Amino acid sequence: MKNTRGTLKSVLKYIGRYKWLAFLSFVMAGVTVALTLYAPYLAGLAIDQITLEGVNFGRIVPVLVKIAACVALTALIQWVMNVVNNRVTFNVVRDLREAALKKISELPLAYIDSHPHGEIVSRVIADADAFADGLLMGFTQLFTGVLTILGTLGVMFARQAAIAVVVVVVTPLSLFVAKFIAQRTHDMFVKQSETRGEMTAYIDEMIGNARVVKAYGREERSLKEFDGINARLEKCSLRAIFFSSLTNPCTRFVNSVVYAGVALTGGLAAIGGGMTVGLLTSFLSYANQYTKPFNEISGVVTELQNAIACAARLLELIHEPAQSPDPADAAVLSGVQGAVECEDVAFSYSKDRPLIEHFNLSVRPGQRVAIVGPTGCGKTTLINLLMRFYDVDSGAIRVEGEDVRRVTRRSLRASYGMVLQETWLKAGTIRENIVMGKPDATDEEVIAAAKASHAHSFIRRLPDGYDTVIGEDGGMLSQGQKQLLCITRVMLCLPPMLILDEATSSIDTRTELRIQSAFARMMQGRTSFIVAHRLSTIRNADVILVMRDGHIVEQGSHEALLAQNGFYRQLYDAAR
Amino acid sequence: MNGMLKYLKKYRKECVLAPLFKMLEASFELMVPLVMKVIIDQGIGGGDRGMVVRMVLVMVALGLIGLASSVTAQYFSARAATGFATGVRHALFEHLQKLSFSNMDALGTSTMITRMTSDVNLTQTGVNMTLRLFLRSPFVVFGAMIMAFTIDLRCALIFAAVIAALSAVVFGIMAVNIPMMKGVQRALEGVLGATRENLTGARVIRAFCKEDAQFAEFVQKNRELTARQKRAGWVSGLMNPLTYLLINFAIAWLIYTGAVQVSMGALTPGEVVALYNYMSQILVELIKLANLIVTMNKAAAGWNRIADVLAIQPDMVSPDAPAPAIACDEAVRFDHVSLHYKNAGGESLTDVSFTALKGQTIGVIGGTGSGKTSVVGLIPRFYDATSGTVSVGGADVRDWPEDELRGRIGFVLQKAVLFKGTIRDNLRWGKPDATDAELEDAIRIAQAGDVVAAKGGLDAEIEQNGRNLSGGQRQRLTIARALVRRPEILVLDDSASALDQATDLNLRRAIRGLDYHPTVFIVSQRTASIRNADQILVLDDGRVVGLGTHDGLIESCPVYREIYESQYGGEASA
Repeated sequence: MKNTRGTLKSVLKYIGRYKWLAFLSFVMAGVTVALTLYAPYLAGLAIDQITLEGVNFGRIVPVLVKIAACVALTALIQWVMNVVNNRVTFNVVRDLREAALKKISELPLAYIDSHPHGEIVSRVIADADAFADGLLMGFTQLFTGVLTILGTLGVMFARQAAIAVVVVVVTPLSLFVAKFIAQRTHDMFVKQSETRGEMTAYIDEMIGNARVVKAYGREERSLKEFDGINARLEKCSLRAIFFSSLTNPCTRFVNSVVYAGVALTGGLAAIGGGMTVGLLTSFLSYANQYTKPFNEISGVVTELQNAIACAARLLELIHEPAQSPDPADAAVLSGVQGAVECEDVAFSYSKDRPLIEHFNLSVRPGQRVAIVGPTGCGKTTLINLLMRFYDVDSGAIRVEGEDVRRVTRRSLRASYGMVLQETWLKAGTIRENIVMGKPDATDEEVIAAAKASHAHSFIRRLPDGYDTVIGEDGGMLSQGQKQLLCITRVMLCLPPMLILDEATSSIDTRTELRIQSAFARMMQGRTSFIVAHRLSTIRNADVILVMRDGHIVEQGSHEALLAQNGFYRQLYDAAR
Repeated sequence: MNGMLKYLKKYRKECVLAPLFKMLEASFELMVPLVMKVIIDQGIGGGDRGMVVRMVLVMVALGLIGLASSVTAQYFSARAATGFATGVRHALFEHLQKLSFSNMDALGTSTMITRMTSDVNLTQTGVNMTLRLFLRSPFVVFGAMIMAFTIDLRCALIFAAVIAALSAVVFGIMAVNIPMMKGVQRALEGVLGATRENLTGARVIRAFCKEDAQFAEFVQKNRELTARQKRAGWVSGLMNPLTYLLINFAIAWLIYTGAVQVSMGALTPGEVVALYNYMSQILVELIKLANLIVTMNKAAAGWNRIADVLAIQPDMVSPDAPAPAIACDEAVRFDHVSLHYKNAGGESLTDVSFTALKGQTIGVIGGTGSGKTSVVGLIPRFYDATSGTVSVGGADVRDWPEDELRGRIGFVLQKAVLFKGTIRDNLRWGKPDATDAELEDAIRIAQAGDVVAAKGGLDAEIEQNGRNLSGGQRQRLTIARALVRRPEILVLDDSASALDQATDLNLRRAIRGLDYHPTVFIVSQRTASIRNADQILVLDDGRVVGLGTHDGLIESCPVYREIYESQYGGEASA
């Protein structure tokens, strides 16, 4: 409950930027409701002029003109109101999305690494959308609905209290009926979506891994199992669909009872002279006008609850704590030669599983550091710490003698050129991807960098050369070509220090050799950290860090490590 | 659309009864204004209280019968719709399993899943709503008009005009709005892409300090979306005001015409009220009809996508006749085999020939995209060769019944996949009636003993896709699964990549020691894994560039030497 209130408060803050528009919308809603109540009254007045004894045309025509004017005005205001409501809603959602993305760019990487991306995306897209729907509905239906109910009641009580009482007593029945059905069907819907989820998971497993299913000839068996889930889904879908589809007929029936009630009391009152046929007619349309929002409100309320829940998820992301800001007096790293020092560094992703402890390393400018070890031993952790994607738990990493926490992240990261194992490219042209690190690069510079990384020849062969648009994450490019582009990106800006994840698993031997030579050229005179797989690279490194299960178990030159006869020796012998 | 009927046939009765009962309900609704007319003209006009009470009771009775027929209709339509969907899902699943891998590759897994889930749901809703409303809404609209005609011709003409005008407005707005909504959808996808990009590329974006540029790009896409949403809102916001305007103008006109008719004695006041009431009924149903058409459109689009999948012909058929048993010592033989995947730019394998004798170990090596996986994939006939023949046990694979061929092969895929269930369930995929002793034997050879022990024995639960296991653990279990059936041919498609070199070595030793001497294919990028093979097949760009033993290839095959040297740093003399 408190949470809901907190969410509402935050949402209101965002709506507050458009408070005048929102206020205008409320005023217009009030006017529309008043006018829609006035029209049936006028119609009743007109009908009263029509009697078997004769028709009073002198009075009926002005009333009809009034109806037309009143209706035209209503329609106009209604449209303006719709436009205003759209404006407020979509602006609020736009602002929320922008705030969410701003937060994403400031979140600690620990958050991004530990939350499934699909889930975060769904908050920014699907939840924001559902919230927009709910908000719009709240604006257009809830407020006008409540006003209509109140207005109609007021008018009816003022005109004919007896009939009003009938309407007031009977109509809520439809609400109860709707609620009763909704409660009963809720469980069925839960069951249905559970079964659907189960089925999707099964399809995902069996169709997604069709190779295994076929290799083991399991087609019939899996169809049989699928049919079992399918039959269960049919059963619970039928129940959910049928029982929920009772709502409309039932509320319609309650409405017809209300209608009959008005006809009865009104008819009897008219015989007694208590009311006219025209008034009875306007009451019948009031009864309809009144029951409509009543039927809708329960739906609107669930929709709103859903919208609030969605807003809460989105706001949770927006209110997530950002990474620690750079200190106000943070220095800007400049003239980096490439001296890196780690002093008694400790780091772990979770407190209960210590990873790196008492780690010391001193790298002189221009040295090559190779990081070796079996897959999954935590080589990327070191990269995370050097780039300050994560902060050390204790100890310090210094670049040029400056603690990395005392310099701006920007200047630290700009000092490194990074090529990672997972090649990431943004949707856009090849050129846009290359100039990421140096947006003002000339065409000549771009081409020179691409030639240096052996990417130029394949880029030239693409349909639009450097202006070829590539889809999200590289699209049509092969893994090797993507890697070449990532190298070109670093080639272009050539920062004083390099981090290379020398993953070549997806590259053919020839290209691999080319990439090697590109790497070698880049490393000339630069401090480099290389996640190495290749014995030649490892052997030529100045310092080799041997990692195992997250720990740095050995450290030294190739010869020294071989002499130690430890884990490095084992790795080395196995690779031969 | 036609194909749909096949799946609705079983529900013929429901498909007739549902709309019928809906129409019944609608006709009772259409009678209400007539009853009201009697109340006004005879009850109130004649001062007959009994008549008022009787007519009100008739109204309630009409409501009750309407309720009953509507509930019946809802039941029949729900049954037809869910039954239809179930039948379609069954047909889809069965059909997908019959498809060849080339068919499946062309479709893509996520497409297949979407077809079976959201597209089927769309059509289910479409069938349900169509059965319920497609007859009812037009029936009420035109019914109201016909009732008006029975009351008074001149007034009924107003109905005809209004229905025409309302239809023009409702369908006109929809026609303009639907493309706009598609534009909104596209813009939303753009925003989605931009959001995902900022998550997947977080490291690179930060490494290059591009946070601000990325944010600016997102803002631009987001504003584009908002602008489109607002524009679409202007149009769709017209629907209610315009229809309200039309209906009420019509009511004013109707009252005026009614007044003229009454003054000439052609109509009673009660009849004017009845006409007024009919007018109000039209609007609601027209809007329902408009929404129904949107639903039907979506359903039709969903169905077309499903029908496209169902129409795909499986491009591989295997004979039912038992395999031609030929006694020979050849396990696998490739004879000038070429393979061109559908939609691929060029051939993936060109003129591959080699023979593997029973009990031999064959190493397959080459760079990425050189065709290693393609070669071994032809052995269990995952794909058909475009030209040339692949024979297993001396017979063309196309002459083997699929089950029998694949039953002889233990294939361990590059991607180690396990399924939800216990370890025992998973291993028994290899041999459904395997005893625990057989399973344990396979586990021991696959070096997976510690995996099973760590998870708590054969009954330990494996989550979907083997999520609760590491890559190396999964790989060893998938190898065990293949070994359980004691295959004649064992294929390891780069399936030891996550194992450390020592375990990899032990695994290879254990396989070599198997007492049933299977023919083993080892696909690898590491020369270390295959250097002891009887024959090594060196592939480059889909062609065989070397075939022989390690020592021979080092001498004669430059590509092999290059691979070897790249891994051993020029120590080729080793």
